Amino acid sequence: MNSESSGQIPTAETGTGWTGVVNDWAADKENFAMPWGKLMMWLFLLSDTFIFSVFLVGYMNVRMSAVDSWPNPSEVFALTIGGQHIPLILIALMTFVLITSSGTMAMAVNFGYRKDRKKTVMLMLATAALGATFVGMQAFEWTKLIHEGVRPWENPFGASQFGSAFFMITGFHGMHVSAGVIYLLVIANRVRKGHYEEKGYDIVEITGLYWHFVDLVWVFIFAFFYLW
Amino acid sequence: MSADTGQQHPIGLYLKIWALLFVLSFFSYMVDYFHFEGMLRWFLILVFMFLKAGFIVSIFMHLTWERTAMKLVILLPPVAILVLIILMAIEADYTFLTRLVFFSSS
Repeated sequence: MNSESSGQIPTAETGTGWTGVVNDWAADKENFAMPWGKLMMWLFLLSDTFIFSVFLVGYMNVRMSAVDSWPNPSEVFALTIGGQHIPLILIALMTFVLITSSGTMAMAVNFGYRKDRKKTVMLMLATAALGATFVGMQAFEWTKLIHEGVRPWENPFGASQFGSAFFMITGFHGMHVSAGVIYLLVIANRVRKGHYEEKGYDIVEITGLYWHFVDLVWVFIFAFFYLW
Repeated sequence: MSADTGQQHPIGLYLKIWALLFVLSFFSYMVDYFHFEGMLRWFLILVFMFLKAGFIVSIFMHLTWERTAMKLVILLPPVAILVLIILMAIEADYTFLTRLVFFSSS
């Protein structure tokens, strides 16, 4: 393009919408104007999307083809607190804990780019603590169900496929949350030490992408497994 | 790579989305609490789910502010999942009917 002859190097910011797509792919430069780590995290999350989708589709398949009636999650996950029987309460609390952690993470990313190290570290630690709380509540939920006789091959409430779908999906998600907590702690510690003062704080956003994705997956699990 | 190339947005926006996600989660819990049944239940579950997912991806994960080329990379491939859902729903239906026929005849 001769309009760039003023010595300006064409950047990724040329054009928006479809013009932008064409320019990004046709110009003699990197296709995606972002740090490579961020692009790789996005691609990993895309592949992870497929993993969780396959689990949820598998769950749909066994639930649709089950001859016995499917256990009512509203009752299976009910708790009696202070003599009051509240349906699905534990799962609702877990949802709020995870959403709160997403909020603190989003703010950590923001303070990271402002180079406010102290607030970034504090917010990342808060996120990790909320994530650990979530995993703890999930461990409680698993313990309760296992005591009630829920197994991957049978359960006292109805269709035997319930257990395998439950342990597989929530287990894999819980593993993601646990890994995320470790990831957050490692990065928070490095931020604290000033490791990224030179490189820039893109890493906090990358960690944030992973964390928000874990929250995103929970939105789908909550809708399809617990509410449906 | 200097730090100011990153995504920088007002904190207030995050707080608003955060509050919104809380409200939407509360609504989807209410769907269960008030025992909505049938199509209305499924419809409400899906509406709240997609709204929440949309806000998380677009605001918290900053996809709104990414280039269109990037949005396509993230949003286009999952369309294949729709095909899988349709195929597996047909398959599950067939399995269910087969089970009804053979489990009841013995």
